[in-house]
Amino acid sequence: MSSVVKSKDRAGIDFGRALKDGVIIGIIAFALLGPLVGLKTDQNMANELILQNRLGLAAILSVIVGVGRFLLSAFVYPWIAARGNRSKAAVTLAELEARARVTRGLSITGLIFLFVYPILIISLFGVQGSIKWVDNYGVQILIYVMLGWGLNIVIGLAGLLDLGYVAFYAVGAYSYALLAINFHLSFWVLLPVAGILAAFWGIILGFPVLRLRGDYLAIVTLAFGEIIRLVLINWKDFSGGSAGISSIPKVTMFGIYSFDVSAPNNFAKAFHLAASSAYYKVFLYYLILLLALLTAFITIRLRRLPIGRAWEALREDEVACRSLGINTTNTKLTAFAIGAMFGGFAGSFFAARQGFVSPESFIFMESAVIVAIVVLGGMGSMIGVALAAVAMIGGTELLRELDFLKLVFGKDFNPDQYRMLLFGLAMVIIMVWKPRGFVSARQPTAFLFKRKTVSGDLVKEGHG
Amino acid sequence: MTTSLRKWDSDPVLTVEHLTMRFGGLVAVNDLSFSVGRGDITALIGPNGAGKTTVFNCITGFYKPTTGMMSMRPRDGSVHLLERLPDFIVARKAKVARTFQNIRLFSGMTLLENLLVAQHNPLMIASGMTILGVLGIGGYKAKEREAIERARYWLDKIGLSGRADDPAGDLPYGAQRRLEIARAMCTGPDLLCLDEPAAGLNPRESAELNSLLLSIREQDGTSILLIEHDMSVVMGISDHVVVLEYGTKIADGTPTETRNDPRVIAAYLGVDDEEVEEIEHELDEVTGSEGGRA
Repeated sequence: MSSVVKSKDRAGIDFGRALKDGVIIGIIAFALLGPLVGLKTDQNMANELILQNRLGLAAILSVIVGVGRFLLSAFVYPWIAARGNRSKAAVTLAELEARARVTRGLSITGLIFLFVYPILIISLFGVQGSIKWVDNYGVQILIYVMLGWGLNIVIGLAGLLDLGYVAFYAVGAYSYALLAINFHLSFWVLLPVAGILAAFWGIILGFPVLRLRGDYLAIVTLAFGEIIRLVLINWKDFSGGSAGISSIPKVTMFGIYSFDVSAPNNFAKAFHLAASSAYYKVFLYYLILLLALLTAFITIRLRRLPIGRAWEALREDEVACRSLGINTTNTKLTAFAIGAMFGGFAGSFFAARQGFVSPESFIFMESAVIVAIVVLGGMGSMIGVALAAVAMIGGTELLRELDFLKLVFGKDFNPDQYRMLLFGLAMVIIMVWKPRGFVSARQPTAFLFKRKTVSGDLVKEGHG
Repeated sequence: MTTSLRKWDSDPVLTVEHLTMRFGGLVAVNDLSFSVGRGDITALIGPNGAGKTTVFNCITGFYKPTTGMMSMRPRDGSVHLLERLPDFIVARKAKVARTFQNIRLFSGMTLLENLLVAQHNPLMIASGMTILGVLGIGGYKAKEREAIERARYWLDKIGLSGRADDPAGDLPYGAQRRLEIARAMCTGPDLLCLDEPAAGLNPRESAELNSLLLSIREQDGTSILLIEHDMSVVMGISDHVVVLEYGTKIADGTPTETRNDPRVIAAYLGVDDEEVEEIEHELDEVTGSEGGRA
C-alpha cells in the first residue's frame, strides 16, 4: 500500500487527476458564481429594476478558479507532500552532527567578525560615517542578543514562559539612572548593583508566581511587566513619570578617560583626535559585546552544572524532577533570578547608552520581541538566539533603508510604514519553514563516550 | 491467619498506619495499614481502580493523605513521617524513590544526563550551590566524575551502557522502563517504589526485570514496594503481598497465602458474595492442611 503511494510520488505529477480536479472545481465555482456574479440587479433610466446578464464574467472567473485548482493539484500539492515526506524521514545522526559542526564554525567566525566589526566599519565609512553602523546596528543588535540570551535561561532552559521580561530591563535601567544621578556612582559600581536589584525583583515576582504553570504564568508575568511600567509612569517623584529621566551620566573608560566633551580627560582630546561621538559608540559596542559574551559564558557554564541540568529536566518533566528530590520552586527561582540579572545588566547599559530613560522604552512590545527572538532562535540554543536577534533587530533596521522601493511603488511609498507588516510576514514564513527555530538540536551537557547531538523532535518546550 | 509477628512487622522500613485518602466524596483509600519489611520485595496488588497508585502518591508525598501516618526508617536510623514532608524532601531526606505508571523520563536528555539529574542534590553541594562551580573553584569536577561512574554502574546493570549518549526518548519501551528504575536508584534510595514496572513488557523482558529487581535487593540492599498486575513478577519475586480492593485491604501475607485467599480470588475474578462463601468453604476443605503451615 505504502509502496504504491511512494511510486506515485516518485512518478511526480498525475495530470489526469489534476485535470479532473480542475474541471470539477470549475463547475462548482460556476454553480456558485453564476447566480452571485453572473446575474446583477440594477436600475434603468426609468427607475425600473432590471436583471443584467454577466454570465460571461462568471464563466471567466470559474475558469480562473478551475485553472488555479489544476495548478495546485498538479504542482503545489505534490511538492508539499514530497517536502513533508522528506522532513518526516528521521534525520540521521550524521546529518545532525554536520549541522552541529556548521553551528560551531559559525560561532567562531561570528565571534571574530564581531571583534573586528567596528574596525572594519571605520575603515570603510570613516570615523563619522561609522556611527550609524556601529550604534544603530551593532550596539542595538547586541543589546537584544544579550536580552535574548538572558531570557533564554528562563524560557529556553527552564521552560518558563515569561512575557514580562522587559520589567527587569526597566529595573536595571532605572537603577542605574537614579543611583547615578542621585549618588554620583560610576557605571562600573552600578552595573552589578543593577543586576542584583533586577535579580531581587525576579525573586520577589517569582515567589508568588512560580506555583502557576503554562498560560497562567505567562499572564501573570505579562501583568507584572505592565505594573512596573505603570508605577514608573505614575510615581512621578521617584521616576519622573512619563517625562522620564534625562542627562544620565555616560560610561567612563574605568574612570581613566571620559567621553564627556567638557571633561578634561576627554578621550578624543587625550589622544589628539578630532572630536566625535563615534569613539564613545565604539567603546559602547565593545562594552555590550563583552557583557553579552559574559552572559553566554555564564550560561554555558551553568548548563554543565547540576543547576543547569535541573533546569532542562524541569522543562522536560517537572513531576519527575520532584520525585528525584529536586526542589522545583528553588530551581525555578534561580532561573528567574539569573535571567532577570542579565536583563538588569542590559538595562543599566541601555540607560547609560541612551542618556535618557522613560517608561516608553519598556512597553510590552519589547517583551514580545525578546520572546520572539528566543522562540525564533530555537529554545535553548545560544547561536540560534544570536542569529534570531540579528535577523529581527537588524532586519527591522534594514527595512528603514529600503528607499529603492520608492522607484517601484512611486514617490509616496514609505517603506518605514510597512516594516512591521513585512516583519510579521517574515516571522510567519520562518515559523512554517522551521517551526522549532533556527537551531532546534540540543547539545548534551555530559557524555560517556561521544557527544551526540540530540534531535529537536525529542526535546520538550516545557509547559510553563 | 496467624497473629504471630511477621518478618515485615518486626523490622519494617516503612509502616503505613490507618491511611485514608478522600477526593471530595470518593474514598480512594480507606483505613489502610501495612508494613514494608527491610530488604523485602513487597507487592501491592488489586483490581483496576483499587487505589494502589493513590497509596503510592501518598507515600511519595505527591498527595497529602486525609488521615493516617506513614513512618519511613532509612538505614541511617532516622525516622521520617512522610505525610508531613513535601514530595522532594521525601525523595531527598526520607530516601524514597519512585517510578511512574506512564514513564516519565527526560526524553530530550541523554541516558547519562537522566542519571546525572537523579544525583542532583549531592552534585549541587559539590558545586558549592552553583556559585563555586561557575567560578571553577572546589572539587566539582571530581565529584562529577564520581557521579558519571555511578551512572555507568547503573547503565551496565540495566544493559544500556552502549547507548549512554543517546537521548532517552529514542529508547524502546522496555529499555525506558529499565532506565527509569536506574534513574530512581541513582538517588540512593532505601525504598524503591515501582508503579507497574512490568506493564507493556514481553515475557523475556519481564524475566529480565525480575532479575534486575532481585539484584537491586541483594547488591544494593534497597527494599522494593511495587504495584503490579503481572502475576509472574508478583508471585516470582515478592516476599510479601498486600491486596487492595476499593481502597480497603483484603489480604496481607506471603504470595502463597494471598494466592489462595478466597477474597483475593473473588476480587480478581469478580464473583458474587454468596459464591465467595461457597469458595471459602471449598477452599477450607481443600487447603486445610496448608492453612496450618502459615
